[in-house]
Amino acid sequence: MILETLQRVLETNGLITAFMFVGGLVWVSYWVSGNLTRGKVHGSAIAIALGLVLAWYGGVATGGSRGLSDFPLLAGVGLMGGAMFRDFAIVATAFGADIRALKSAGVIGAFSIVIGVALSFVIGVIVALAFGYTDAIELTTIGAGAATYIVGPVTGTALGAGSDVIALSVAAGLTKSVLVMIGTPFVAGRIGLNNPHSALIYGGLMGTTSGVAGGLAATDPKLVPYGAMTATFYTGMGCLLAPSLLYLMVRAIV
Amino acid sequence: MVIYGVALLSFCMLVGVLVGDLLGQMMQVEANVGGVGIAMLLLLLLSNLGGKEAALSPITEKGLGFWSAMYIPIVVAMAARQNVAEALSGGWMAIVAGVAAVAASFAMIPVLAHFGREPRDDS
Repeated sequence: MILETLQRVLETNGLITAFMFVGGLVWVSYWVSGNLTRGKVHGSAIAIALGLVLAWYGGVATGGSRGLSDFPLLAGVGLMGGAMFRDFAIVATAFGADIRALKSAGVIGAFSIVIGVALSFVIGVIVALAFGYTDAIELTTIGAGAATYIVGPVTGTALGAGSDVIALSVAAGLTKSVLVMIGTPFVAGRIGLNNPHSALIYGGLMGTTSGVAGGLAATDPKLVPYGAMTATFYTGMGCLLAPSLLYLMVRAIV
Repeated sequence: MVIYGVALLSFCMLVGVLVGDLLGQMMQVEANVGGVGIAMLLLLLLSNLGGKEAALSPITEKGLGFWSAMYIPIVVAMAARQNVAEALSGGWMAIVAGVAAVAASFAMIPVLAHFGREPRDDS
């Protein structure tokens, strides 16, 4: 009886349960960071990695598409980590940001977004070619998925690609997003990601809002507003370029 | 009042998302174009508006600071709700495409940062 009541309380107060759960997760991660890695790996990087592992477990255990939040008990994690709160918190980080550095996003930011979309797209198309795909629509859809997991299905739907190819493009985009979250803190030093200027470029090149949000949180939260500023234009740019210009180019080549 | 800060933040985000959605419709793409970026610029603009007399009170700032500090926990929750299982079940092609795209993009950062940097290095 106690357990049933507890479960009901936790489920009906889902968002509060999520706050407590994530708080515990962060606490464990910072403990691991401080005691097992002696601070070498940032606590937030461990928390994000742990979150992704749990998300994988949730997906495998429930067969759902929203990771850990497909367990009814942890449905609140879905709300807390959804686009609404994510964007709200990202906007809040802008408070106190260097307005001069943000304004300088203009030219180099736009440049990095276009390069970022084109680069990921071309790589995606090349990989698809290597795996034996030859149809222009299929190649374009997979290339678009390598940009972000939103650009892929938007492009595929616009061009009339099959649902199996669209699913592949989503998987490619999800892989990118997860990898950006985990990988960024490890390569940040080598690629010079330690100032607002390179964070602007990073956001424009990576483009995946979730990936950039997670990657910068694990690297240096002070850089978040700069990366988010450019990343927020990426998906729109991808949805604009992939089904039109980039598709025509692919069709002209194959 | 704390709620003034939270309300200001909410106002900026809603305006940004609205403008981003309208931009997307104008460009005929099914996506929000730059909503978060517009919201951030608006917040910076409004919170710096009018100099000293209109400056946000420290308590109002707390309403903004709280959500800024909640950023990492929210991102942890975001990580925990990603569809990691589907990413891994997409087969080798999806994984290779994702990994290669990320590797190439990482490698491009120092190249662009080098070209784009202004002569005066103020970082």
